[in-house]
Amino acid sequence: MKSFSLLSRGTGVAFLAPAGLLIGAFVIAPFFWVIFVSFTNRSLLGRTAVDPDFVGLANYFSLFDAATFFTRGEFGSSLILTIEFVLLSAVVGQAALGMLLAWLLQSVPKSLKHLTETVAIGAWILPEVVIAFAWFAFLDYENGTLNMIMEALGFPPGDWLLSFPFWAIVVFNTWRGTAFSMMLFNSAFSSIPPSYFQAADVAGASSWQKFRDIGLPLIRGHVVTDLILITMWSFNVFTPFLLTSGGPSYRTEILPIYTYRIAFRDFDFGKGAAVGVVVMLINLVFALFYLWVMRRRAKGVAA
Amino acid sequence: MRIHLHAFWLSLAAATTFASPTISADLSITCRCVEGGVNSELAAWVKKSVIPGFTKMKGDGVKVTLTEFAGSDEQLTQQLALDFSTGAGPDVAGFDGFLIPSFVEGGLLKPLDELAGDAVTKWDGWSHITEGSKALMSYQGKAYGLSLGTDVRVIFVRADLLKEAGIDPASWQPKSWADLLDTARKLKAKKPDSFPLQINAGVPMGEATTMQGYWMALLGTGEEVTDDKGRYIVSSQGILDTLNLYKTVYVDEKLGDQRAQLLGDGRNRTFANFRDGKTALLLESDWFYRSVTASDSEFAVENRDEVMTWAKMPAKEPGKGIRGQDFVTISGGTGFVLNPNSDEKELAWELLAFMNSKEQLAEFQKYEPRIRIRDDVEIAEAPFLAETSQALLPLTTARPNDAKYNAVSAEVQRMTEAVVSGELSPEQAMSRYREAVIRIVGEENTVSLL
Repeated sequence: MKSFSLLSRGTGVAFLAPAGLLIGAFVIAPFFWVIFVSFTNRSLLGRTAVDPDFVGLANYFSLFDAATFFTRGEFGSSLILTIEFVLLSAVVGQAALGMLLAWLLQSVPKSLKHLTETVAIGAWILPEVVIAFAWFAFLDYENGTLNMIMEALGFPPGDWLLSFPFWAIVVFNTWRGTAFSMMLFNSAFSSIPPSYFQAADVAGASSWQKFRDIGLPLIRGHVVTDLILITMWSFNVFTPFLLTSGGPSYRTEILPIYTYRIAFRDFDFGKGAAVGVVVMLINLVFALFYLWVMRRRAKGVAA
Repeated sequence: MRIHLHAFWLSLAAATTFASPTISADLSITCRCVEGGVNSELAAWVKKSVIPGFTKMKGDGVKVTLTEFAGSDEQLTQQLALDFSTGAGPDVAGFDGFLIPSFVEGGLLKPLDELAGDAVTKWDGWSHITEGSKALMSYQGKAYGLSLGTDVRVIFVRADLLKEAGIDPASWQPKSWADLLDTARKLKAKKPDSFPLQINAGVPMGEATTMQGYWMALLGTGEEVTDDKGRYIVSSQGILDTLNLYKTVYVDEKLGDQRAQLLGDGRNRTFANFRDGKTALLLESDWFYRSVTASDSEFAVENRDEVMTWAKMPAKEPGKGIRGQDFVTISGGTGFVLNPNSDEKELAWELLAFMNSKEQLAEFQKYEPRIRIRDDVEIAEAPFLAETSQALLPLTTARPNDAKYNAVSAEVQRMTEAVVSGELSPEQAMSRYREAVIRIVGEENTVSLL
C-alpha cells in the first residue's frame, strides 16, 4: 500500500527533530532520571545531597512497609485517602452530579439551560488559586460566608476545614469539576435524535424510564471516557493543597500533596522519586485502559 | 537628520555599556521582611539605610534591590534551598543559623573566605565580633554568614489580664509547670472563652514550634534533644512529660487555642490572640517584643509598656531543669549568608560587610533596638532587652550544630501536632518520633532513656 506524503521522509524527520529533541530532553530524560533517583537516598540538604548512596529498593520497601502502611501521614494511608477522594469527588460527585444536571437540562427552557451552562463553565475556567481562596473565605470559621448563613438560619457554626477537612476537599473538587462532566453529557444527550424521545413520550414513558432505556445506553461510550478522564485528573489534582495544605494531621494529604511534602518539604528526593514512580505506574494503568476503550470505540464495539 | 542623531546616541550608549561591563553590577538581597508586615524594621533599614548608603559608596554603577519575602520561614528555606541548588537566588540572603550545617553538607553554601578571599580575612569587623556571635552562623569553624544578633525566649505576660484575675503581675513568676498551669486555670475560670496559655505546637509553625514550644518545655525536664555525646534522644521521661504538658494545655483543659496550632496561619493567630487579650501568657523569642508587638506592626499591643511584661520559663520543678537550673531558655541567631552562585561574590561580600559596619548597625538600632553582634555598636536604651539578656543569657542553651537537626526538628513538630490534635497519645506519638528519627540519623546515633 502506498501512503500519501507531502514531504520526503528525510525532510519529515528533519522537521520533527527539534520537537523530538525537546521531548527527549524534558519528558523522556527526566522520566528515567526519576526512576534512577528512586533507587538512591539523594536529598537536597545534608551529606546525601552531594554524595548519595545507591539503596536499591529500600525506598520502595519503606513505602510498602506493612508496619507503617496504614499510619496517617504514610504512603499507604495517603493512597487509600486518594482512592476515597477519587471515588467520592470524581465518580459520585462530578460524574453523577454532572449526569443529573445534563439530564435535567434537556427539558428546561433554553434560557435557563444557557444560564446554568455559563455558571458551570465559569466555575471550570477560573484559575485554581482564585477558586481556592474563594472557598477558603467561604469555609472560614470566624468570618466565613457559610457560617454566616448557618447562623442566620439558627444552626451552630461549623469548623469546616478543621473538623471536616476531607469532606471540604471532596465538595471542593466536585464543585470544581462537575462542569466538565455536565458539558460532555449534555452534548452527548443532544446528539440523540429527538424522535427517540418523542416516540417514548407517545408510549407514556416516565423521565426515569427514558433515561434508563434510551439516554444512558446511547451515551455509554461518553460515560466511560468521562470516568477515565476525571479519575485521572482527580487522582493527580494538587489544588486541595491551597485549601488545607494536606492538614490537619495529614487528613487531606492525597498522593500529589504527599509526594510534594516528601520531595520538597522534607527534601527527601529519593523517596519522593519512588512515590513518583508508583504514581506514574498507576497513571499508566489508567492511560492503557483509556486507550483500550478508545480503540474499542473506534472499532464501533462500545459506542 | 534627527533620526540619524538618535541612532548615533543610541549606538554610543550601547557601545559604552558593552565597553565597560565591570562598572555596572546588580546585587539582590532577600529576607523575610516586608515593610508594614513581618520584620518591618529590617525591611525599612535595608531600604532606607543600607541600600542608599552602599550605592552612594560604590557609585551609580551598582544597583541593589531588596526582595521582600512575605511567606513563612519554612517557605523561604524551601525557596533558598531550591534556588541555591539550581544556581539561582539572591546574592545576599536572610538565613536562620541552625540551617547552616544541613545546607553546607548539601553543598549549597560556601565559607565566606572561600567566596570572597582576602577581603574577608582582612575585614576589620571581625575584631569586634566575639567567637560566640561568629559561631551563630558558622559550621565546623568556618563562617558562612553574619548574624544580626542572638535572642532569648521568655513568657510574655499581659499584666492587665492577670490583674483582672486578682494576680499581681509585678511579682508573678511561676516556679514550676504546676504554677504556670495554675495561673492559666485561674485566667480560664475568669474568662471561659479565652485561651490564657500559648506554647507553640504543630507543623504549620515550623521551627517556631520546636524552638519556642518544645525546647522550652523539654529543657525544663533536664533534657535536650540530644545527649552529651550528640546522640538523639528518641524515648525518655522528658519527652513524655513535655508531650503530657501539651496534652494538658490543648486537649484536656483547653487552656490554649488548639485551632491555632493546627491552622496554616496559626502563628499569626497566636499573635492576634495576645493582642486581643485572649491570651495572657505566651512563650516567644524576644523578637516578639522587638518586632511583632512594636508600635507600627500588625500585632502592635496598645499601651504596650503598661500591659506587657515578661517572666522566666520555669523548669518542671525547681532545680529539675537542664544543668540543675530553676529556669530555662534557648537562643538562636538569624542573619545573612552569601549565595555561592553569585556572579558578584566580592561585591556581595562588600555589601554584607557594609551591612555589618559599625555605622549601619548603629543606624539599625534606630529601627529595631537590640543587642548587636559588634561590641563597638552602642547598646540601645531598652530596659526590656537589658533585663532579659542579663537574666537569661547565663541560663541559655543552643540547638545542636548538626546537619540532621533540621529533619529531626520537623519530626518534633509532627510529634507535637499528633498530641495537640488529639490524634495520638503521648506514648504513641513518641514511638512514632522514635522510628522517624532512627530513619533519619541511623539507630547508632540515637539513644533511648526509658
